[in-house]
Amino acid sequence: MLTGRAFKFGDNISTDHITPGRLAHLRSNLPELAKHVMEDTDPTFASRVKAGDFIVAGNNFGLGSSREHAPLVIKMAGVRAILAKSVARIFFRNAINVGLPVLICDTTLIDDGDELEVDLAAGTVKDKTNGKQLTFSKIPEVMLRIFNEGGLIPYIQKYGDFKL
Amino acid sequence: MGKTLAEKILSQKSGSDARAGDIVIAKVDLVFAQDTTGPLTVRQFQASGFKRLANPQQIALFRDHAAPSPNSGLSNDHIILHQFARQTGCLIYAIGEGICHQIVAESLAKPGDVIIGADSHTVTAGGLGAFATGMGSTDTAIAFGLGKTWLQVPQSIKIVVSGNFPEGVGAKDLILHLIGQIGADGATYKALEFGGNTVDNMSMSPRFTIANMAVEAGAKVGLFAADKTTQQYLDSQGRSNHYQPVASDADAAYAQTISIDAANLEPTVSQPHTVDNIALARELKGTKVQQVVIGTCTNGRLDDLAIAADILKGKKTHHETRLIVVPASRQVMLEAITDGYIQTLIEAGAVILPPGCGPCLGLHQGVLGDVESCLSTANRNFKGRMGNPNAFIYLGSPATAAASTITGEITDPREVM
Repeated sequence: MLTGRAFKFGDNISTDHITPGRLAHLRSNLPELAKHVMEDTDPTFASRVKAGDFIVAGNNFGLGSSREHAPLVIKMAGVRAILAKSVARIFFRNAINVGLPVLICDTTLIDDGDELEVDLAAGTVKDKTNGKQLTFSKIPEVMLRIFNEGGLIPYIQKYGDFKL
Repeated sequence: MGKTLAEKILSQKSGSDARAGDIVIAKVDLVFAQDTTGPLTVRQFQASGFKRLANPQQIALFRDHAAPSPNSGLSNDHIILHQFARQTGCLIYAIGEGICHQIVAESLAKPGDVIIGADSHTVTAGGLGAFATGMGSTDTAIAFGLGKTWLQVPQSIKIVVSGNFPEGVGAKDLILHLIGQIGADGATYKALEFGGNTVDNMSMSPRFTIANMAVEAGAKVGLFAADKTTQQYLDSQGRSNHYQPVASDADAAYAQTISIDAANLEPTVSQPHTVDNIALARELKGTKVQQVVIGTCTNGRLDDLAIAADILKGKKTHHETRLIVVPASRQVMLEAITDGYIQTLIEAGAVILPPGCGPCLGLHQGVLGDVESCLSTANRNFKGRMGNPNAFIYLGSPATAAASTITGEITDPREVM
């Protein structure tokens, strides 16, 4: 069971919002890059987010560039999962590959600052602030197997190949 | 039941009867990364425990996003790529050779290939009939080592374009119009497959422009059949042996079909801060732009520079607007010099940058100031994209860009032609 606070964002949060190109020189220094996570959409996010918190977003989260640094720094900042109405393809794959779950559900009912309880196995999100309960779509089978090994690197270290 | 282009290519490369929705493991013909995603790819490759590349001649590294590098952090990343190439024997391209997608199109991609790149605009090679898609550094690193990747065979949306473009209107206006129609997530997880007589009559460069922006509708790939035009292009690039025809079947199943009459299109512009926020250029008259950029993997090819030079010949950039021109590759730049376009553009007031990504992603070479607006021929206008979250980016065609340079405000190119 994961518990933490919701940080609410809108639709179309691109990887440029998460890790802007102007900070490309920090991509080989991820701890430094993580201090700027989400900076171009909420400059206060990096200083407020705590280990265990959640990003809660609208449609098409993570659109744009293929930069895997985006889910990596979100994870490094302590975010335990992203809840969104929908997610862009490359970001979804990258997030699972680095062991960060993206859970697709109707996030309309969740407000900024709400306390959430996420049960990954049961597929449920409980908003403890307003008492509402949501279910999220199952992560596709192939991706779930990669996620369950901790990401694609541990998966390949273990199996040496794709075992789909 | 027949197959879409995506199903055909993935069947061939997975050795299976691939249908939309299936998960396949496909052999990859080309895997590449660039200087902002490559260093992480190298680290993930090493972390995976691979000792060697699956096939060094099918793996390429590009130094194009920071070319030349503006700071020591990115210079050190260039060193990581250089050392990796020296150790593994993979292909590597120097600064000034051009944008990865343009070099892939000119020299590496073949019809029927599966190509993955650690860059979302890898989809550009779909213009040649290659199943080319962007992935992150870890997927790319694993493909470096295994020579294959897993893919879900996408459903396809067929885009049928018919009729002739009016004067001043072209491929960029078409793809912006389509993205405006279906939205920035209108094709998520899906393939866009382009056909119709307008597409059949299109040269390669506009096909690349359209394929390049498929990802801005969320698509996994933007595919064109490989036909006579593709063959002529490969011939002209000294790659006749790389050609094979690739076409979808007449009875293939599509999730959706969208018909567009090219004759009804007008010069189209994306407004801040999403690509699907579409307006007509004429509706934005009066919107001042302090910077105009002509270039990028979307519109930095010879025909794009020719269109701009034609409009700007004998004219000057507006005194409050700066024009930045970035040829997409060394080949494009050399041809543009030979054909006189570079001279015309410089005489009109342009600053010419070395081949590469230029100011598109906000690293350098034209970062916007506070509250400034830019009209760019690039593919993205997200907040902060060009280095400043307090600036505004509009996207348009080379013709709209050239026209706006003259007037200092967003201008329908037909007003100055």
